[in-house]
Amino acid sequence: MKVIAATFFAAASLAVMTQGASAQAGSKTLDLVKQKGALTCGTNTGLAGFGLPDDKGNWTGLDVDLCRGIAAAIFNDPAKVKFIPLSAKDRFTALQSGEVDVLARNGTWTQSREAELGLMWVGVNYYDGQGFMIRKKLNLASALELNGASVCVQQGTTTELNMSDFFRTKGMKYEAVAFADINEAVKAYDSGRCDAYTTDASGLYGSRLKLVNPDEHVVLPEIISKEPLGPAVRQGDDQWFNLVKWTHYAMINAEELGVTKANVDDMLKSPNPEIKRLLGVEGDFGKGLGLSKDWAYRIVKHVGNYGEVFSRNVGDGSALKIKRGLNSLWSAGGIQYAPPVR
Amino acid sequence: MSLYLRHDEAPLLPPPARVGGALGWLREHIFSGWVSGPLALAFIALIVWILPDLVRFFVLDAIWTADDGAACRVQGTGACWAFVDRKLDFFRYGSYPGTEHWRVDLTLMIGTVLSARLLWPDGQKSRGGLLAFLFGIPLFIFLMIPGPAAVMREPGIELAILAGGVALAALLEFTKLRTLWVGIFFFFIFPVIAVYLLKGSAFLGLVQVDTNLWGGIFLSLLVATVGIVFSLPAGVLLALGRRSELPAVRFFSILYIEFVRGVPFITVLFMANTMLPLFVPDNWSPDRLMRPIVGFALFAAAYMAEEVRGGLQAIPKGQSEGAMALGLSYWQRMRLIILPQALTLVIPGIVNIFISLFKDTTLVAIVGIFDFLRAIDAARIDPVWSGPTVSPTVYAFAAAFYFLFCFGMSRYSQMMEERLNAGRRR
Repeated sequence: MKVIAATFFAAASLAVMTQGASAQAGSKTLDLVKQKGALTCGTNTGLAGFGLPDDKGNWTGLDVDLCRGIAAAIFNDPAKVKFIPLSAKDRFTALQSGEVDVLARNGTWTQSREAELGLMWVGVNYYDGQGFMIRKKLNLASALELNGASVCVQQGTTTELNMSDFFRTKGMKYEAVAFADINEAVKAYDSGRCDAYTTDASGLYGSRLKLVNPDEHVVLPEIISKEPLGPAVRQGDDQWFNLVKWTHYAMINAEELGVTKANVDDMLKSPNPEIKRLLGVEGDFGKGLGLSKDWAYRIVKHVGNYGEVFSRNVGDGSALKIKRGLNSLWSAGGIQYAPPVR
Repeated sequence: MSLYLRHDEAPLLPPPARVGGALGWLREHIFSGWVSGPLALAFIALIVWILPDLVRFFVLDAIWTADDGAACRVQGTGACWAFVDRKLDFFRYGSYPGTEHWRVDLTLMIGTVLSARLLWPDGQKSRGGLLAFLFGIPLFIFLMIPGPAAVMREPGIELAILAGGVALAALLEFTKLRTLWVGIFFFFIFPVIAVYLLKGSAFLGLVQVDTNLWGGIFLSLLVATVGIVFSLPAGVLLALGRRSELPAVRFFSILYIEFVRGVPFITVLFMANTMLPLFVPDNWSPDRLMRPIVGFALFAAAYMAEEVRGGLQAIPKGQSEGAMALGLSYWQRMRLIILPQALTLVIPGIVNIFISLFKDTTLVAIVGIFDFLRAIDAARIDPVWSGPTVSPTVYAFAAAFYFLFCFGMSRYSQMMEERLNAGRRR
């Protein structure tokens, strides 16, 4: 501990220096990533559909694929990502301290997190919101019919507060049955302790699979809170911010233009000028991001477009089977919308 | 006269039923009094009440093979062993790349054989012990870590590792290599080999495997081994330092021990993984896995120091004075006279610390390191498998693993106590 104490004294005096230094070196995230030879991506310690190691220990998920997309754009190799699992407590510190280059850990985009923590959200790769799950046999079609219901919920979360707001504004009565652990809450709901169970909609589908008989339960259509989840970066490196942002937008644009992992090579010959620009056949749109001409081609080729990534990780192609809903493209009734590449 | 004397002994009668036989045994061991009798009955009732359900859940109704969680989600089924089977490689190695698993296997094999030789000083003297050492231990670790399935996958390399383990054991045994050399090999050369083997090096032609991919049982064993191997020598030095007559050494030993004991372990972990990167430039900050391991070892050393000091205090002053009268130097006195007695006295305490260290390895999970328990938690939420029986199954599996190791350590320490404490045994 002698050594550590000494290190801390040295470190404390260095802190001022390095903080100044990291602000200057801020515009160099891309150079640093290239120098290290891999992107360092902060991910969830384990959230089904968003960031979770599979049977072989490979990370999979919607957030994980965004990081793989960034790596594909920079290195033309989606495997050049180092995933650092972060708990909710230390995720922002890890980003601030430069331990991770990008935080793709289903973080909710809020005003105070951007204004006070020195972070910037690059966009929203999943529009989440709080929902309710009930038993089918209750025969309710809407959360507005939940008057007088008892609801299982995790203690001390925004979920609990959102629910209280919802019932209060609608003038309905309810009984909250709170549990410290989310698994306890699910179990209590399953054993019939409550009429309904509430958490973020994406989590509801995951929880449903843990129930004794998943088919007897249904997720109600109402979403009672806004939880825009997306990747975040440090402030002060606009080039890096743009690079991460446009990786996300490239995936959405690719879906909109019908460019998929399977047909991306054929699409290089497409006469559509928008596709030509996206895939780097015409113009050099990667340059401003510090990337090569075919940056978006690489993303789609290695990872896929947004629709594919969504389906594979959380949608129809996965065990979660979450509906696109708000996350559909703007042209299909959702709010996923990307500015054009030109 | 002789009429009144017996010529042959009276025939031996069996002991009264209340003393001998099954009834007597029961009477003596189970129903020996007003307290133990009803208690024993209560426990028997408890076992009869619980056991059938446990057997039904974990064995009879269990699902042994399945391709996904659907079979386990059917109502009324028991434990989902198919899930454990599918995830077993993830539990063992974490994210360590599949084609490189043999490197972990090899490291574990070398480490196990070496430590078996060190920990079991005269086990090879009997024929059974020799066979166990030569074949039993390599085979045991082989079945535990790569497992039989690995032989199917990569028969060549995995069987070579098993053969290598047997060969190493034979080499240690038949060359009669002195324990001192085995110790030097284990403590100084083996760690270097292990690091190169596990991390990879271009020189040896091994692919680099970053520590963020390490995980599972392998990582738990690694953290525990580093903690245990480092904490004992460091603890002995600190304990001696605390009793030293040199003020500077004593002061720093006391400062270190009291500081570390005054800080919760979780704080150390957070300092290492959350605060440290804030202070040092990116390129300086040490490996993300090394930080908690070093913290873990340093932390354990402080506790060990106090345990050892307890043993030192129990040795009468006369021992040291006698040794001085023989003209022994300080280190000779410590090495030959004081420490062997002191350490023997505190074996229960030392093993206590080892066991708690082993279980504390699970705490590294809170800084995002995928130890065995964390790997289980991550696997548990896989939507392909998640179901109501998955958690009980996999936690039972984890409990069995930790129990096996902790109970093993405890039995081993009892054996050593018997051996070393022959002069004090009551």
